[in-house]
Amino acid sequence: MLQVSIYRYNPETDTAPYMQEFQVDTQGRDLMVLNVMEMLKEQDSSLAYRRSCREGVCGSDGMNMNGKNGLTCVTALSEVVKDNKLVLRPLPGLPVVRDLVVDMSIFYKQYERIQPYLLNDTPAPAIERLQSPEDRDKLDGLYECILCACCSTACPSFWWNPDKFVGPSGLLQAYRFLADSRDTATKERLSELDDPFAVFRCRGIMNCVAVCPKGLNPTRAIGKIRELLLANAT
Amino acid sequence: MSTMRSLTFDAIIIGGGGAGLRAGLELSQSGKKTAVLSKVFPTRSHTVSAQGGITCAIASADPNDDWRWHMYDTVKGGDYIADQDAAEYMCTEGPKAVFELEHMGLPFSRFDNGRIYQRPFGGQSKDFGKGGQAARTCAAADRTGHALLHTLYQANLKNGTVFLDEWYAIDLVKNANGDIVGVIALCIETGETVVVKSKATVLATGGAGRIYASTTNALINTGDGIGMALRAGLPVQDMEMWQFHPTGIHGAGVLVTEGCRGEGGYLVNKDGERFMERYAPNAKDLAGRDVVARSMVLEILEGRGCGENGDHVFLKLDHLGEEVLNKRLPGISELSKTFAHVDPTNAPIPVVPTCHYMMGGIATNVHGQAIAQNEDGSDRIVNGLYAVGEVACVSVHGANRLGGNSLLDLVVFGRAAGKYIESALNEGVEYLEPTQSDIDAALVRLNRWNESESGESVPELKRELQQIMQNSFGVFRQEDKMEEGVKQLSDLRERIAKAGLSDKSQVFNTARIEALELDNLMEVAEATAIAALTRKESRGAHSRYDFPDRDDENWLKHSLFFPNEKRVGKRDVNFAPKTVERFEPKIRTY
Repeated sequence: MLQVSIYRYNPETDTAPYMQEFQVDTQGRDLMVLNVMEMLKEQDSSLAYRRSCREGVCGSDGMNMNGKNGLTCVTALSEVVKDNKLVLRPLPGLPVVRDLVVDMSIFYKQYERIQPYLLNDTPAPAIERLQSPEDRDKLDGLYECILCACCSTACPSFWWNPDKFVGPSGLLQAYRFLADSRDTATKERLSELDDPFAVFRCRGIMNCVAVCPKGLNPTRAIGKIRELLLANAT
Repeated sequence: MSTMRSLTFDAIIIGGGGAGLRAGLELSQSGKKTAVLSKVFPTRSHTVSAQGGITCAIASADPNDDWRWHMYDTVKGGDYIADQDAAEYMCTEGPKAVFELEHMGLPFSRFDNGRIYQRPFGGQSKDFGKGGQAARTCAAADRTGHALLHTLYQANLKNGTVFLDEWYAIDLVKNANGDIVGVIALCIETGETVVVKSKATVLATGGAGRIYASTTNALINTGDGIGMALRAGLPVQDMEMWQFHPTGIHGAGVLVTEGCRGEGGYLVNKDGERFMERYAPNAKDLAGRDVVARSMVLEILEGRGCGENGDHVFLKLDHLGEEVLNKRLPGISELSKTFAHVDPTNAPIPVVPTCHYMMGGIATNVHGQAIAQNEDGSDRIVNGLYAVGEVACVSVHGANRLGGNSLLDLVVFGRAAGKYIESALNEGVEYLEPTQSDIDAALVRLNRWNESESGESVPELKRELQQIMQNSFGVFRQEDKMEEGVKQLSDLRERIAKAGLSDKSQVFNTARIEALELDNLMEVAEATAIAALTRKESRGAHSRYDFPDRDDENWLKHSLFFPNEKRVGKRDVNFAPKTVERFEPKIRTY
């Protein structure tokens, strides 16, 4: 029997959060953590968590599993369980709505802040804008972000300044547009980021890289933004 | 319920996937007060899982490509019950819609000349089937849906669309004249129920693959829009037509894109034989999905399946080489390792046909207006109601959708509905305000669950429903099994009507949402079952052992399921494209 310890909090009935213990019979199968949660929800239907695609592309089910952030649907028990024990907590650093569901407003706000859309002030042609395969390659490792927030909520700098530091996810997206040969707003984008907090609160801790379920590297993108900011400094 | 708050928008769009976001974008660009209401944050919608691409004659891979060839493929792929005016509209408007996506920033893969990369997909041809395989599917590696959904969400942010994220639509509000004038919706985070009033209610709720035990679909694909339409007494069209994707990962059901075969992968049986050469000598592994899925099932039934239980076949990709896999199919390699414990660079992926797409849905015209039927069999527009994307049946997919046509359907018809609604609102529409009793009628089932004392649990009932559909309404169908299935569903409906919701809390109560979703799964399953039993022929994805042939004399028609009488009627297929000669039904071979 797998021992599962889950963070529980329902603001309607609980004055404080607590950990609830469950036992799950996995019949020796190497299930995904999400499968275990579905089994638990059948035992206790009041358990709340988000999930959608169950294949690691929608980013709904970011969670802290035995101390490390990741997606429950693509994390096999064999990857996280230690001593037959699994501890599930909500993503750290964000307000808890209920159980494993966090309020992601500030995370989304930082995403919106970097103007996450192509800006191009030239008239669009009748067909697509051309882009060389080499220029397109520059977007690899950036556009794949699924906004699961595993990285930003693993980042101590984001924990301290979630309102001022854009955070690894938002900065990865900022660089995705800076790096796009079709985008003409580089100057404006950089000036929006040019303050002591937005980018420079990154201390190169690299928790973001360690947890990204898509294998992306926000620290590298942040480094590139720093270089651009320094090159543009007057 | 006099304390219930009401919200008012020019247009309310229910669903934040590709179709809903494209409609929302069109309307917010026009300055209309538009809200997109979605039960998940929009980028969690199932569009995100689309992999291989968006099929469209943008003439990049082949400068001589022609939208008419794409239209021909689509009509043939649909086994001739696709509406030809709609297929024509999609194929002619498609290039504009795709270029717009590119202008918004969608990171398409590229050819050396800088144009959008296109790959071959199933059922594609040049020169009306006479010129060999075409390469018409525009791709962003194998993450096209993700790229498309995020790009559309971003474009909506740019244009100030109002988002009601994590709100759940419960039922349509219908006024005394039968016009749809809004929807009852529940804020998941707070539990508050509101009435959302609007002159245009757009259903963009996606598919319902979760009626089957094995599906490529996200857990959220529960047919909420179909359920709402049926409870409002509206008919749904061609619900027997479910696509089983040839390559779902065995066991997990996770999708492996047809693009794998487009890039040169192929299926083999336990003898290592490339068996599609026998079933489709010309197109082979790139025949229509229905054809490939049936061939796979026949291989398995005839004892040539792979694995200990002989219950799957293999998708071979290793000969493509690491470079192609890394460059063109990186997501597949990831999914294969995670869910099949197989690295496709050196071993084949175990795959099996898996429920993937609902060709049927709410009948609409090319403007997305929902269509019901008058007593004389003529079409009747349902005022105030629109449907776009998978929940709609416009119908461009007929009895079998071609790969890459769903993403095109989303953006072309999301856009078209947005444009039509804008002009309708500009001309002015007036519907009767809903009365309190109209609103109360839409609250009945929420109240039922909220007042339930005890009863059978939702997950158990859901599992039974999925098993019934899997057993009786799969790739191959026959009368007696289907009759048994219909009977089992009818019993299940009574049990669901007495099922219990034990958690009555307000804040982020996902048990309540799952209960409400179960009602919708039930509606979809029943419509599917009864329509499948009634269509006594084999066409596209609907294959019957007892009626193995296509019957154009009786069934070159849409089926229309009427919920109140649980009756199946027929509706004419459109054979009147505006700018080209109609495509006459022919024997369909690949």
